[in-house]
Amino acid sequence: MCRLTRQVLGASLALLAAMAALAAPVQAAEPIRLGFLTIKTGALAAPGKEMENGILLFLEENQQTLAGRKVELTSLDTTGTPAVSLTKTRELVERAKVHVIIGPLAAFEAYAIIQYVNDNKVPLISPSAAADDLTQRKATPYFVRAASTSSQPMHPFGTYAAKTLGYKRIATIADDFAFGHELVAGFHRTFEDAGGQVVQKLWPPLGTVDFGPYMGQLKKDVDAVFGGFAGIGGVRFAKAFQEYGLKGKVAYLAGQVAVDEALLRNMGDEVLGALSTAHYSAALQNPTNQRFVQAYRQKFGQDPGYYPEGAYVAGQMLKQVLTKLGGRIEDREAFLKALREVSVPDTPAGPLRLDKHGQPVQNIYLRKVERKDGRLQNTVVHTFENISQFYTYNEAEYLKAPPYGRDVPPCKHCQ
Amino acid sequence: MQFWLIQTMNGMAFGSLLFLLASGFSLIFGLMRIVNLTHGAYFLLGAYIGLTVVVRTGSFWLAVAAAGVAVATVGVLIERFLLRRLHGRALPQVLLTLGLAFIIADGVLWVWGGDPRPIPAPPFLSGSFTLAGATFPAYRAFLFLLGLAVALLLWLLQERTRLGAMIRAGVDDQEVARAMGIPVHRIFTLVFALGAFLAALGGILGGPILGAYPGLDGDVLPLALVVVILGGLGSLGGALLGSFIIGFLHNFGQALFPDFAYFTLFLPMVLILAFRPSGLFGRW
Repeated sequence: MCRLTRQVLGASLALLAAMAALAAPVQAAEPIRLGFLTIKTGALAAPGKEMENGILLFLEENQQTLAGRKVELTSLDTTGTPAVSLTKTRELVERAKVHVIIGPLAAFEAYAIIQYVNDNKVPLISPSAAADDLTQRKATPYFVRAASTSSQPMHPFGTYAAKTLGYKRIATIADDFAFGHELVAGFHRTFEDAGGQVVQKLWPPLGTVDFGPYMGQLKKDVDAVFGGFAGIGGVRFAKAFQEYGLKGKVAYLAGQVAVDEALLRNMGDEVLGALSTAHYSAALQNPTNQRFVQAYRQKFGQDPGYYPEGAYVAGQMLKQVLTKLGGRIEDREAFLKALREVSVPDTPAGPLRLDKHGQPVQNIYLRKVERKDGRLQNTVVHTFENISQFYTYNEAEYLKAPPYGRDVPPCKHCQ
Repeated sequence: MQFWLIQTMNGMAFGSLLFLLASGFSLIFGLMRIVNLTHGAYFLLGAYIGLTVVVRTGSFWLAVAAAGVAVATVGVLIERFLLRRLHGRALPQVLLTLGLAFIIADGVLWVWGGDPRPIPAPPFLSGSFTLAGATFPAYRAFLFLLGLAVALLLWLLQERTRLGAMIRAGVDDQEVARAMGIPVHRIFTLVFALGAFLAALGGILGGPILGAYPGLDGDVLPLALVVVILGGLGSLGGALLGSFIIGFLHNFGQALFPDFAYFTLFLPMVLILAFRPSGLFGRW
């Protein structure tokens, strides 16, 4: 079928469906069809399964009902490849006919599906995909986030490393994909703005199995190593960090998910003392979080981290919006407007509100890996309050500059 | 200096793993003329079975034994009931082994899930040691020495035992060996079992470095193929030399030319195929 015919057919069907929806009483049998994109295969499988746990817990706590309507969840495995993410997104929209999608997990998946999401006008709440640009230069009315961007927690971290910890020389090593690039870029920029120097940037491919070759190259005459990993890379690198004698000699600064709770349970003493920044930690002491962690532990036997928290918050955002609209998710205009104005006072990470690009402005927590009750946890040691995705930079100038990448900012001090 | 030392040690440890995989492959081809593409899947299966045993019993060495025996059994069943039916037909055999590789890999994914699983090294090998200022994990040094030990054992088997003599006879000339009363079919099964056993050993022994994850078979099999092409099919010495060469190249390539890592690996293979197709010590 040629593209035009498909579009015309699609438009007429949509029109008929809209008319039918408006005609029938909404509170009748029609469930809310919620699509969920996560990763269950490959390097990011562990966080991916956790992310799904987050939405499952949320729906269970709400008896699978939001604003009086039953919720039908369709959760698909994107396998962590952009091409398959697009296929699964299509499946959700065209076959399962979902009203809204929560997902995907990875930044590069989000970049891959955003065009389709825009073209098909499907609201997307990202619980994890941190891709900076989707709430900056590529912002669209259909995309909002429930968690931080890649660089958002890294900005205060870089400043802290230079000013408070007094580090002068740092080497970075991160997964060679969008998320890794943006993590390092955010840290690099503020670290050097505060007087530090990044002297080496290594980029192992995502899913690198053996970090041996990289440990040989990593400079040892630095104050700290910044590790920007997602998924199993964080576990493997931390082990190599210890095996090759770096632990104890050089500090380990981790990106927000390199020591995530989803990975900590597979790690041991090698990661004790590692500092990281993120918008969440299971060790946060507010009442909502204590309830959330308790419920999660009871249902899944483990501590929740960045991923299930994001999915849970996405659920909370959805519930707020639907309650405000009396359940009428079919009224897309009103739904989108309410979504962009959503403010949830009681997420496990604290109060959440969105900026005009659809990105949360939130507290960023500095965490240290410690052992408590025989388990590793991310103890909160400092709070950076009300950090926006633009940090202390002028928003207009930030957006005019090129987006963060492997070579942005450029490595002026790399040797 | 430290850089070269560390990369050399990494290369040698990895070379041992490759040897475990490649030696079995080379033996099977040398004797039975079967290009056993299931070999990577035996490595994978060995890693996962070993993982389960380590998790359940806490004993790494029990896991090694169990993985080896279990996968050898699978190998025997495959050889006896599937491969033997296609005796003498090279292409169908290759296709069969490829199909089995997919089936085993999918089966592993179904049983163990898609999560990459780290495998802990045995406690007394979990430490590090320092040599000339470079710190290095003890386990990798162990792996290197183990590879040499296995190579020695295999050589002894091949050159100093009656069984080895029968295997060599079978490799040299199957028809005459059969005519002389050597039970070639039973030798086939034994060699196949040995090959699968070695592959599984590679999988579990490599566990503390590589872990067990879906796609492990696809990552190691091409490397083993390059090793046997370089070293020569059917030659144990070739497999040993080839393993260390490829182990080095793989590590140095990843460190020095990360974007061209595969190029540094396959270039020697292409050169060998162009100028000395039977490999460095090839026998056919």
